Amino acid sequence: MSTITADEIRAIETRHPQIFQRPAYKRFWPVLLIAGTVLYLGYALWFFSLPQVLRESHWERLPLFLSQWISYDLQPEFRLDQPEITPKYPRFSALGEHPNPDWVIKNPDGTYTVQIDGDAKSVTFDKTRAAITANGVTVPIVLTGGKSVITGTVPDWVTVHDDEIVAKLGFVGEVRVTVDRVKVRKRFLGWANFVFDTRSPFFGKPYSEVISLIVSGPELKPGTSNLALAADNFWNNAQWQHGDVWTKLLQTIVMAFLGTLLGGIVAFPLAFFAARNITPSGVLSQVLKRFFDFMRSVDMLIWALFFTRAFGPGPLAGSAAIFFTEIGTLGKTYSEALENIDDKPREGVLSTGANEILVQRYGVLPEVVPVFISQTLYQWESNTRGATIIGAVGAGGIGLKLWEAMRTNSNWANVFYMVLLTLLVVFIFDNISNFLRRRLSRTLHDYNRLQAERG
Amino acid sequence: MTSATLHSDATRQQADAWRRQTSLRRFYTALGVGLLLVAMFATMWFADEANAGHFFDRLPHILDFLSWLVPKDWNDVWRALFDIASPSDKGTQEFNFPLGRVYIWGGFYIPEYFELMLTTVNVALVSTFIGFVFAVPFSFIAARNLTPSPTLRLVIKRFMELLRAFPEIVIAGLFAAIVSIGPVAAIIAIGLHSIGALGKLFYEINENIDMRPEEGLRAVGANWFERVRFADLPQVLPNFMSYTLLRIEINVRISTIMGAVGGGGIGEELKLAISRGFGAKTLALVLLLFITIFVVDQFSAWLRRKLVGEQAFLMSA
Repeated sequence: MSTITADEIRAIETRHPQIFQRPAYKRFWPVLLIAGTVLYLGYALWFFSLPQVLRESHWERLPLFLSQWISYDLQPEFRLDQPEITPKYPRFSALGEHPNPDWVIKNPDGTYTVQIDGDAKSVTFDKTRAAITANGVTVPIVLTGGKSVITGTVPDWVTVHDDEIVAKLGFVGEVRVTVDRVKVRKRFLGWANFVFDTRSPFFGKPYSEVISLIVSGPELKPGTSNLALAADNFWNNAQWQHGDVWTKLLQTIVMAFLGTLLGGIVAFPLAFFAARNITPSGVLSQVLKRFFDFMRSVDMLIWALFFTRAFGPGPLAGSAAIFFTEIGTLGKTYSEALENIDDKPREGVLSTGANEILVQRYGVLPEVVPVFISQTLYQWESNTRGATIIGAVGAGGIGLKLWEAMRTNSNWANVFYMVLLTLLVVFIFDNISNFLRRRLSRTLHDYNRLQAERG
Repeated sequence: MTSATLHSDATRQQADAWRRQTSLRRFYTALGVGLLLVAMFATMWFADEANAGHFFDRLPHILDFLSWLVPKDWNDVWRALFDIASPSDKGTQEFNFPLGRVYIWGGFYIPEYFELMLTTVNVALVSTFIGFVFAVPFSFIAARNLTPSPTLRLVIKRFMELLRAFPEIVIAGLFAAIVSIGPVAAIIAIGLHSIGALGKLFYEINENIDMRPEEGLRAVGANWFERVRFADLPQVLPNFMSYTLLRIEINVRISTIMGAVGGGGIGEELKLAISRGFGAKTLALVLLLFITIFVVDQFSAWLRRKLVGEQAFLMSA
């Protein structure tokens, strides 16, 4: 095996000075960049007082919130200091006005049993004692001494407070026992009353019955067909607000569509005057280009806030904000596309004595229209996504509704419903736009191939 | 004679075919434009109906609305910007400029709006950093030519798509409840979104690299990490940097908007100033925001041109 000598190494080094003897700043810039980034991150850590924020954060809420996206709970309460024990449900609970769930059982001996996860996780009680069963153990509690006391060992899933015993049973719920009441929280997977709310006459009926009622049942509300009633009950579902949510979603779509389209219509003629190779006046070109920069730099938020004040909250303000930003963005991209065209077709048309407008129509437009459409579609796609956020400052659409639903921290299922709808809309519009752009690029490709074949 | 007739016949046929094709194309173009116009007017009507104030009712009042923007004393704009006491200060929120001063050391202070702008820019920078740090490894795993496992690739790709499409505002709202409302929640939301957005662009770059250096390294027995480090990374890094700079521009805008919905920074103050009609404050904020975004855009464009040449100006169309 041949080894390389020191002389040979030196010879190679002198042959390739651009590799072995680079100036110091070129050799060390990655190190400097990384050091700078680390320094900056240290500063950011201090600037946002991140250690303190993280110490004070409540990460235990995250799984709870996430589970609320796809589940709901019922919280019956049993007063033990009344003459007779009766279950009480909070107002507007998902069970409606006359709840009688089959997991709350009144036993023949006068005790109550609440099944939280079948019989495996349940609580049985009367006025003097209670017994919580879970994880294969039964924990007996005595309620007579003016205090709730566990007789026997306390398992680790039970916490004993001064006046309350809390048994956490995982995802399915929890039980809280005091001397005068038993409180149960039972969690169900899914969305409660998604189709009909508790006020609807169709509430609580199985789907087969609802369908047969709609097809051939007697009119539940005189003067209205059952189908219209069902549609109205669904649309105006108080808990899920399908009608409102879908209208707001449509507003978001409209904002993105209208803003992008109008922006394109206004930017189209302006771009010709801004493109240096087409416009005769350099001053006009500079003025227009700075105007485009201005419209872009003022930012969609500022436009949204201004138009919300001018027109009041709603999709008109949102459309106008996107419109003004898009004049800048599309104007810039259109004029850049115009500046990159091949000048020969233009000269050809010009040589036939055509006037200025005809030169643009036949010498420039065929080349740039596919590019223009493609850029516009791309902006449309990204605005559909952006319109959601803009809405939250009052510019209409689903954004504000999402923000309001989140503010209370109690309506995560509704939030998730709206998120799913938004994701669906973004997905659909991405695909439409991608499909159209692929068709366009195929047209462009065919055009280029034809040009090449002709030589 | 015969050949000439044939020739002109063929020409006529061609001309007829061309005319038919053109008229059909014109018809389709007209139909498309017509449908687009119908859709435009329909959506205009819809947007106007759904809005709180209607376009033609409000239009005559646009100028009244702009009149509050014009301050009584133009110097108030500078005073608002640099937190200098104004003679119009009568204890109202409109002119309480010096109250916002952030004292650093003795009598030296940073004006409130500069401090807020700094927060917004820092949110954008930190979240872009988060996006970059996660997007780079994800993009190597998601690239078809670098990762042989299709399952792993698919999982990462779908995950990044989800991060990209998920509304930032929901992530911000979720984390506002966990780490308290403010810039940290905004950083998490914008950072997660940036992972998805940058990851997609990055893996598309990775899939278009020259594979010969990679093959060379494979031939001398380099493992996956060594191949990625010495064959792929040098090729893609300039483009990665260029897209990251573009992302910084976008993130500065998003973090401003996030501020307006409780994410801290200049957005919140701007929303307040506009909704209460504080002319001088609004102008100062708009001026500061405009200059910042303009400077960030121009600086990033200059840097991108240095990194990848004129290619930097090709939009991802």
